[in-house]
Formats: sequence, structure tokens, C-alpha cells
Amino acid sequence: MSAIPILEARKAQIHQKGAEPFDITCGKHSLAGSVSQRACVFCGSRVVLYPIADALHLIHGPIGCAAYTWDIRGALSSGPQLHRLSFSTDLREKDVIFGGEKKLAAALDELIDAYRPKAAFVYSTCIVGIIGDDVAAVCRKLAQDKGIPVLPVHSEGFKGTKKDGYKAACDALFRLVGTGSTEGISPLSINILGEFNIGGEAWMIRKYYEEMGIQVVSIMTGDGRVDDVARSHGASLNVVQCSGALTFMADMMKETYGIPYIRASYFGIDDMAKALYDVAAHFSTQPTVMETTRRIVRREVSAIMPELYRLKGDLSGKRAAIYVGGAFKAFSLIKALRYLGMAVVLVGSQTGSKADYATLQEMCNAGTVILDDANPLELSKYIIEKRADLFIGGVKERPIAFKMGIGFCDHNHERKIPLAGFEGMLHFAREVHASVTSPVWQFAPARKLAGHREEEFRA
Amino acid sequence: MRSVKQTAPYTATQNACNLCAPLGAALVFKGIANALPLLHGSQGCSTYIRRYMISHFKEPLDIACSNFGEDTAIFGGGANLKLALDNIRRQYHPELIGIATTCLSETIGDDVPMFIQAYKAAFQNACRDEQLPALVHVATPSYQGTHMEGFHGAVRALIQTLAGREAAEGPPAMNLFPGMVSPADLRHLKEIVIDFGLEATVVPDYSDTLNGPLWTEYQRIPEGGTPVNALRRAGAGVASLECGLLLAAEKETAGTWLATQFDVPLHRQGLPIGISQSDRLFDTLAAVSGKAIPQKYTDQRGRLLDALVDGHKHLSGVRVAIFGEEDLVAGLAAFCGELGIFPVLCATGGGRGRFADTVRKVMPDYCRDQMQILEDVDFVTIEKKLAEMDGEVDLLIGHSKGYTMSRRLGKPLIRVGFPVHDRVDGSRLLHLGYRGAQQLFDRIANTLIQVKQERNEIGYTYF
Repeated sequence: MSAIPILEARKAQIHQKGAEPFDITCGKHSLAGSVSQRACVFCGSRVVLYPIADALHLIHGPIGCAAYTWDIRGALSSGPQLHRLSFSTDLREKDVIFGGEKKLAAALDELIDAYRPKAAFVYSTCIVGIIGDDVAAVCRKLAQDKGIPVLPVHSEGFKGTKKDGYKAACDALFRLVGTGSTEGISPLSINILGEFNIGGEAWMIRKYYEEMGIQVVSIMTGDGRVDDVARSHGASLNVVQCSGALTFMADMMKETYGIPYIRASYFGIDDMAKALYDVAAHFSTQPTVMETTRRIVRREVSAIMPELYRLKGDLSGKRAAIYVGGAFKAFSLIKALRYLGMAVVLVGSQTGSKADYATLQEMCNAGTVILDDANPLELSKYIIEKRADLFIGGVKERPIAFKMGIGFCDHNHERKIPLAGFEGMLHFAREVHASVTSPVWQFAPARKLAGHREEEFRA
Repeated sequence: MRSVKQTAPYTATQNACNLCAPLGAALVFKGIANALPLLHGSQGCSTYIRRYMISHFKEPLDIACSNFGEDTAIFGGGANLKLALDNIRRQYHPELIGIATTCLSETIGDDVPMFIQAYKAAFQNACRDEQLPALVHVATPSYQGTHMEGFHGAVRALIQTLAGREAAEGPPAMNLFPGMVSPADLRHLKEIVIDFGLEATVVPDYSDTLNGPLWTEYQRIPEGGTPVNALRRAGAGVASLECGLLLAAEKETAGTWLATQFDVPLHRQGLPIGISQSDRLFDTLAAVSGKAIPQKYTDQRGRLLDALVDGHKHLSGVRVAIFGEEDLVAGLAAFCGELGIFPVLCATGGGRGRFADTVRKVMPDYCRDQMQILEDVDFVTIEKKLAEMDGEVDLLIGHSKGYTMSRRLGKPLIRVGFPVHDRVDGSRLLHLGYRGAQQLFDRIANTLIQVKQERNEIGYTYF
């Protein structure tokens, strides 16, 4: 096999458990020419705000950024579908010379009248600041004219990493918080932050909490509504999922409104149960909440266990590689894979922090490769070296796995199947099972070769 | 005959019917052997474009990026470009790096040709025992034109940068600039040219790089593509053929460059979709090679015509709306005209002001005056027009971004071109030549029969 080289400047962002004292570099701007799997600041903002279904999402810039994010995610809405359309000011050459403010104002005017959104988000793309557009001024003017919030999102692609995009989105979103009435909000109430309702996941989670007797004031931003965000400051607790997308929001709400927050993950049995128990514990003054929670968890777990055991029979001992956007998802996936008897041989993320990687390191077996901001060549090198049977990742990772004859589970924002919640654990197991046990791999040349090598090794 | 242009008065673009220029350029560079595309701009440009193309081609699709940060936008992208080139060389050992700019690097005024000169000079001073990859630059600001301008611009840049008259061995080579077609189309075109006893230098040729088999060993850059050496010999080609009716009206293309610099005879025609444009392709190849059209293709043509006659009643008078890239739409519209299908609406997100005239010229008289021809339009505009023409359209032909429209209108969509994000066979769709026409005809006829059959209360089993 031709050895795949690792760039010198990337070596500090790759760690193999056991070989040396733990140290990994992260949080860096991606290395030029390394083919990072990350996107940009704009992508971070778009990911966070996208599911708000009754808002207008106008992308200010040339056409590409809007075209590539049109109906890109499986974030479901129970009502309006405005978020699934793609709106762009579509700047052309003369706008770059003379400025795009007039087009921005005209676009907002036209689109707000046509679609009657509850609010509008205006995403700045790379060139907007450079051509000197005063986006904030145009937004203020249109907000006044139209009587809805028109919020600039400072998401110029080059101004940092995807994480900075999360922050820009939270800054815009936070301007809505506190503008609505908190009437009718129970003291037993939460906001669910960082849950995007992919395949209806937020609905499942909301149902669990409501059954516990907890009111869900808003979900940010899955099946999101502007009015819910506006009154979200009336909730007693924020429950924050994901490695960081909405943590900025939780911090701001804590500081301004004194709302405490806890972290949660809804992937896998352990973490899903913990997400419910932690909320129940927070409302411990109401003892019935904890009792109900126990009942829910028992009921849900016993409903899925028989099939999980059956699937585990086929999957036990298989090796998995994980490469996802945020490290928190990776924590949950490692635990979820344990229920299937699978070991993790590679784990990495686009945006993990040092503490995240330390946690991953503790969770993994010796020899597991840990990667920050990896590229296709690194991922290929290690899935082959570690003889993975399954790769969990997104669209850009999928063909890498398939070419090498490795099963794949989509765990991105584009998927249509809910993987969160107890029921989601079963979907996850089925997904993994469907790919890993497919007969097609017997024809994959790389797997045949790996099989021969293994036999030679044993002999 | 009405044509609508979106430029005045200004309206926002809603659900664009085009993509940005760097995507087209990246696709072209993916079709060069042992080459890597590099986008000079923000990380998101390469990642979004990769994701978009992977969803169609379902292949690993590495595109590097010079990854601008805030400093880069202030001080210029020279240092980042250099670093990116260094790292690409170290990781991929490519023979060619195709550098496409983005709106960001163009807006801050980066002088990429100068950066490349400086890089070459520094390289020559430093490492003499290593060969520098060919560096090809194309300006692709996303605020200018669509992905088609990026595509044709990159083809031109490859030829302008590399083409010479290095002596070729083997059979006489013909330069083929097929336009943005599918891997299956490229394979078919190569087969045809080779069957005429010619060597084909197809630019670009992503038939293997973006539609290859499973791998035994990991391939840093997938095998296949136009050999860089073949590009260097393009000036010695016996002829060039450029496909695309709108492209044929462009003054500066790869083909015109080879014609003016190296006197390579240039043949221009539409995409060989349907009978007359395919006939033209075969006639040109017969003239260039001095050989008769191989029997295999005469047979294909014969079977196609036989099928057209057998099925003509299913198609006669059917009204379609066609949308997508301008040259593809023009080609499909002409083919519809040959089938007795009436293209009541032809729309493109590009066009450069010449779309309406071009389409009009290829249409038979009977439908020419009743067509809506829209250029520089988005899907919301197209759908609005179709809604106004309520009941006048039976079928849509275009890429898969027209699906939601097709669903709302309750009209079937025949998927063609790029992107096909909601079916498995985007790479394998064949549009060109007699075989491509056969496939298109079969799909259109079967779809129409299926609609009739499903709507029929009795459920006939013969049609």
C-alpha cells in the first residue's frame, strides 16, 4: 500500500491513545491546502438558524452560498416551510463596485411583502464587509418599514471558523429573546437548545419532557418559531445540546436573564436517559417529575431492547470510525456503539476543544486514533490501518468509506431518519446493521485484500 | 415569442437555477489526470462545492482551499496560496494544480498570476530535483456568470496555459471540448472518436475520476482524466470540436485559441443531443478522420429511428418545460422538436443574453412562436410562469432541483444533467449521441405511458 503522508503542520492535531502522554492541538484555523472537511463562518451561522421555519433567511452576496444551502437539511417544521427556500441578493459585478445596499433593501422589501415572515435574518457572506455595505443600517430601516425584526448575521466566511459562525448566529437570535410575553409559562419549564429537529427528533424529545410535566417554551432552533424564541426568557432552565452551537446563547441568557443551563445529548440510551433525569433532578421540588421520568425511561428502554440485542448479535466485535462536526456527538456515539458491542478505532471532530479530546481519550481503548479537523487523506489512512467495518460521518466522508469497502452511517444534518431519543437508538442500530451486514462488501476489493492480509498475519 | 430577462427591474433570487463559477472550474480540474483543484478563497467555498458535487457523483472529491482568514483578507492571499500549493504538493504529489479564484480573492484584488510567477521563481531557486506541477489559473469570481462560465473558463485556461505542439505518437489526436456532460456521456464520446481511428483528447474527462470502480488501495487522486501531456500536445491536434450552441458563439474559447495560435481547425456545434446534432457529430468525425461512419453507429441510429416511429403517438403534442444549463436546454429543446414534443417553456439561470435567440433558431416553426423562453431566472420565476400556464404543461425535463416544483405542479420530472441529488444514477445518465437520444426517448415515453396507465381506471396492460 502506498503510504499516505501526514503533513508536518497537521501532526499535532492527531493523537493515538497510549503511545505518548496525551496532547492534541485544536481550535486552529484550518491549514491552507490540507483539504479540511470543515466549512466556514457562514456555514456555522446557517446551521444554527436554518430550522427557524417562519423567518426569512436572506443570504447577502453572490449566488453560490445560497445555492449550496438550498433545502440542504432534514430539519422538519410542523407548519411553515419558509426555511426550505433559498433567498439571495445575487450580487453581480457592478454591485461589487458600487455596493449592494440597494439590492439588499429591495430584496428585503420584496421578500417580506411576498412571504410575510415573522422575522428576517440577513447573512453576510465574504465580500459584504469588503465592498463596504452597511448591512446593519439597511436592516434597521427595513425593520422599521415592515414592523418585523430584521437581524443582520455577521457571518462573513473568512472571519474565523464554523464556531465563530455559531456565535454570530446566537448574537442575532439573542436579539429576539425577551421581546415576547412570558405569560402562561410554568415554573416547570425549559428551552431545548441546540436541537435541530432532524427527521423529527425535537418532537420526540419534546414529547418525553412534556410527559414528565415539563413545559417546553422554545426549541432552538428545531421546528423553530420566532415567537417562541421571543418568549424563551420566561423558561426556568436551558437544556443545551451539541458541542457549542447554542452554548453562546445559553451563556447570554444566563447572564442577562439568570437562566441556568445544563448540557445534554439525546443520542444513545445512556445519554438520552441522563438528559431526562438531569432535568427531573433540576425540578426536584416536584417529586412526581422524577417518578414519571423513571417510568418513561423504563418503558422506552424495554421497548427497544429486544431488537437491539438481536442486532447486536451481528455487530458485536466490529470496529467503528467516527468523524463528526462536534465532539459531544462523538461522546454519545461511542457509548451508543457499546450497546452494539462495537469498538471505536478512530474518532475525530471538526470543532472539538482540548477538554473534549481529553474526554474522548478517556473513553476510548488504547490505540484509538483521535483527530482534530481531519482531511480525507488522514481519514482514509486510519480507517484502513485500523481496519474499520463502519464509518459514521457526513456526506463528505461517505464516499471515502464506500470506496474502501467500509459500511457507513450518515450522522449529519442531511439525514432523514431520527437518530436521537430511545426510538432513535433503534433507528441508529438498524442503520448500522443495514450497512455493516450488507452482502455487497464481499465484492469490495479492499476488504478482500484486508482479509488476505489478516489471514497471512494469523498464519 | 416572448423572452424575459430578470435583470431589470431587480428582484431577489429565489431558489436559483444556477450555481457559482468556482464549481464549474473545480469540476473541470477534476477531469485532468493527477490534478487537484484549489479554490483561492474561504474554506466554505471548497467544502460546499465538494458536498454539492459528492451528492451527485457519489465519489471522493478532494478540492483544496487556500483558506482565507481575517489577516488574509486584509494583507492579500499570496502567503496562503503559497502555503496551500506547498501542502498540496506534499500530500498529493499532483501533476497539475488548477487554481480557481472566488468572489473574495477577486474582490480584494489578489493578483494570482503574479503569485504563481513568484511561486515558480522561488521553486526554481530552491528544489531543482523535483518537478513543479503545472499551475493553471482561472478567474472565477462568483459574481460573474454562472458555473458554466467557470467551466468553460477553466477549459480555456488549461489550453491557453499548456497547449503546445509537442509531437504526438500514435494515431492523430482530436481535441474534444464536450461541455458539461455526464461521465457516461464522456465515455460514449471517447468510444465514438476512437472508433473513427482517432485519438481523443477530451477536456475535461472526469468519466473515470468521478465515476470509477471500488478501490483496492486508497487513491490520493482517483485514476483517469485527460493526461497533462495530451493537453501539451493539443496544438498539434488534427481538429478541435466544441459542443454547445451558446459556446459556439463565444469568441474566446479553448477551440478558438487553438485555431488562432496553432491553426487547429475548429468545428463547432450544439451538444450532440437528438438526431440532427448527433448526425452532425458523426459527419464531422467522418470528415476529420477520412473514414466512413462505423456500422455500429449506423445501426444505433437505425434502431433509434425505429423506436421513434414505434412510440411517436405517445409523444406527439406533449408539452414540456425544460430548465437547466443553457446549452443543455437548447439541445434538449431541439430534440423535443424532433420528437413532436412541444417545449412550451425553456428556462435557464444563465444565458448571457443569447439564450432566447439560440433556442429559437433550433425550434421548428410550429412551436417557435408560442414558447416562453426565460433566461437569468430562478425557480420561483419558472414555477410562477408554469402556474400561469395552468394545464399547459405535461412534463418537466431538468435537474433534480426542479423536484419540489414538479411535486407541487403534479407533473413528472425527467432528470437530466447536473445535479441529480435524488436518484442514484446521475453519473450514468446518457444524453449524447444516438444511444443517449435512445435513452432519453425511452425515459420520456415510459414516463408518459406510466402516467396514462396510472390515471386510467381500467388499468390496461397493453400500450
